[in-house]
Amino acid sequence: MPAKRIIPCLDVKDGRVVKGVKFQNLRDAGDPVEAAARYDAQGADEITYLDIAATLENRGTLLDLVSRTAARVFAPLTVGGGVRSEADFVALLRAGADKVSVNSSAVKEPALVDRLSAVAGAQALVVAVDVKRRPRVEGRPTEWEVYVAGGSKATGREGLAWIREVADRGAGELLLTSMDRDGTQAGYDLELLERVAAAVRIPVIASGGVGTLEHLAEGLRFADAALAASIFHDGTYTVGEAKKFLHSRGVEVRP
Amino acid sequence: MSDTVALVDYGAGNLRSVENALREVGAQVVVTRDPAEVRDAARVVVPGQGAMPACAEAMRGSGVEAALREVIARGSPVLGICVGLQILFTDGEEAGGARGLDLVSGTVRKLPPEVRLPHIGWSRLAAAGPLHPIFAPLAGEYVYFAHSYAAPADAPGTQLTATHGRPFCAGLARGNLFAVQFHPEKSQQAGLAFLRRFVGVPACS
Repeated sequence: MPAKRIIPCLDVKDGRVVKGVKFQNLRDAGDPVEAAARYDAQGADEITYLDIAATLENRGTLLDLVSRTAARVFAPLTVGGGVRSEADFVALLRAGADKVSVNSSAVKEPALVDRLSAVAGAQALVVAVDVKRRPRVEGRPTEWEVYVAGGSKATGREGLAWIREVADRGAGELLLTSMDRDGTQAGYDLELLERVAAAVRIPVIASGGVGTLEHLAEGLRFADAALAASIFHDGTYTVGEAKKFLHSRGVEVRP
Repeated sequence: MSDTVALVDYGAGNLRSVENALREVGAQVVVTRDPAEVRDAARVVVPGQGAMPACAEAMRGSGVEAALREVIARGSPVLGICVGLQILFTDGEEAGGARGLDLVSGTVRKLPPEVRLPHIGWSRLAAAGPLHPIFAPLAGEYVYFAHSYAAPADAPGTQLTATHGRPFCAGLARGNLFAVQFHPEKSQQAGLAFLRRFVGVPACS
């Protein structure tokens, strides 16, 4: 098994980080390239950009950002937001993204997953799935529902079934976000992670809810990688500190 | 012969990352699918992402395969990365099977289903014997992998192995032909240092 990965995630809009990133003794980094380079220097195993606006008009801005990042950061770069076609996908790869993530467009058109997977291989395609718990029914296992449009729109799809489907269609990795936990800093939805990790054989990246280093260790019992935003952006912990903690807990991480 | 690195472009993939990394270590890079430019270069890098059959096909169709064989035969330094390693082998079982360049004997097979595939992430390299100077500093290092198929760990010329479900060939050297299954362009300082050593291999004869 490869080492468990720590992946700082930057939400970007119009080529800038949406919420500033604070590093010790450094001004707010509004430039994603600056922030990505700092995380790279801290030993991040990968960097993820999610373009939260992702309108047609700012496509060029995103490509430019990816291209500037790839010229400075020599760690894997995943980019998501607004990918609707093979053309969008290839443009991001050619700009320097190593992996591209899709979410809403895959729900809208599941066959897109098969097509994108065929373009450059499964290893270049991440399918992001946002889920929310369904009301508990006595005597039945927990169910989750798939949400799109940044978690604002319910789709009616059952989460685990959709996750199995995207894996079968050729997703190379799964970026799994618990909408119940996202932004709460209350820790991952561990039941969700355990169920999903058992349901598919592709790597699972856990997202949503990290507030402490202990949360990372908990999530990595089931997930292959942990994506986190605020604990790193706030300057609370560096990636290096997170890894030291995980190592002390017996989790295999890259030094 | 110009003192450039020809980076072979044969379709979609992470070409740009490899180009950036080579420039970062001071190489003059020409990105090309023109067999003449490949022949003229002092050294050649064959990157690779995607499926081995499609890559092998694209190399044949463009005439780059013949140019690459010449470059290797005359002893110029050549580096294959990821699928660029796989296509050097006799054949591969991906997508119903594909013929490789048969410069190294062996079959590229899928990693076992007991582990999560693709193998994505940082795995540690182990030395398979005495190491060529280009590989020596990599023993014990974590490097970045992104693949589901791999060459056998006992393939001729294997210098480095890694393990995911089974041990596989992660780095090989045969004369001035080098190939790695991992992505040096994405392996931070360890990867850049490796590319710097490749660019520093004397461009002989």
